[in-house]
Amino acid sequence: MYPISTVHYLVLSAALLLIGTVGVLTRRNVVIILMSIELILNAVNINLVAFSHSLPLVEGHANVGGQIFTIFVITDAVAEAAVGLGILIALFRNKETVLADEIDLLKW
Amino acid sequence: MLNTFLFYAFAVLVLGGAILTITRRSAVHSAVSLVVSLLGVAGLYLMLEAEFLFAVQIVLYVGGIMVLFLFVIMLVNLDQAAKERQFNRQWLVALAATAAVAVEVGFFLYKGKDAFHIAEGGGAPPILPSGLGNTEVLANSLFSEYLLPFEIASLLLLVAVVGSVMMAKKRV
Repeated sequence: MYPISTVHYLVLSAALLLIGTVGVLTRRNVVIILMSIELILNAVNINLVAFSHSLPLVEGHANVGGQIFTIFVITDAVAEAAVGLGILIALFRNKETVLADEIDLLKW
Repeated sequence: MLNTFLFYAFAVLVLGGAILTITRRSAVHSAVSLVVSLLGVAGLYLMLEAEFLFAVQIVLYVGGIMVLFLFVIMLVNLDQAAKERQFNRQWLVALAATAAVAVEVGFFLYKGKDAFHIAEGGGAPPILPSGLGNTEVLANSLFSEYLLPFEIASLLLLVAVVGSVMMAKKRV
């Protein structure tokens, strides 16, 4: 058994990113597309925290730059989820569907 | 040894939850699987000694965002959508594109895996821990070094609040 290193976390985060990408690209349900975006953002967060953990200490405590960035990414995720679900409600009221490929008003 | 075991346990939670999220037919099942995945990520934060983010992940993601998702799922009638085809017609192209990205990322990680050990600070002389907790260090850094981004984030949240109210309102 190898000890767990940064590379392990990077591989896990890459796998999570790819699963999220597959979800965004292949699903038709808009709610699940939004959930896949949350998966992608979490993959980014794992990367940032792993590097924050692995960098050398500054003045006796961990280098927290990555964790600060993670807080900002979480803020973005919250804003994105709130606005995205608001758009979804407006859409459902006007078009009675949540399937992404039936929303084709702009398609020629 | 315990670390290794815990890492793989959390990794199984994260990836298993994620795969269930994108494959389930019912949106409620997807949301519950996403909760499992997010809890796994919270466990990884704890292993990486980011205790504050562990709490934020559980309170904000699992407690906040997922409840918002479940509210919308209940509000929007998804029964019709659950009966229809779940994947769009371009799924084969999408899988091929994702596989190409997977090969690229995998190649990068394989070639660069020795470079990441430099960052692990193994050779650096040991510094005495300062005795400050994770939350204290984060707060010091957030409210001094990163004060401007912090204020911009609050502006972003204000815009998001106004935007989502405008979107969800019946008549503007």
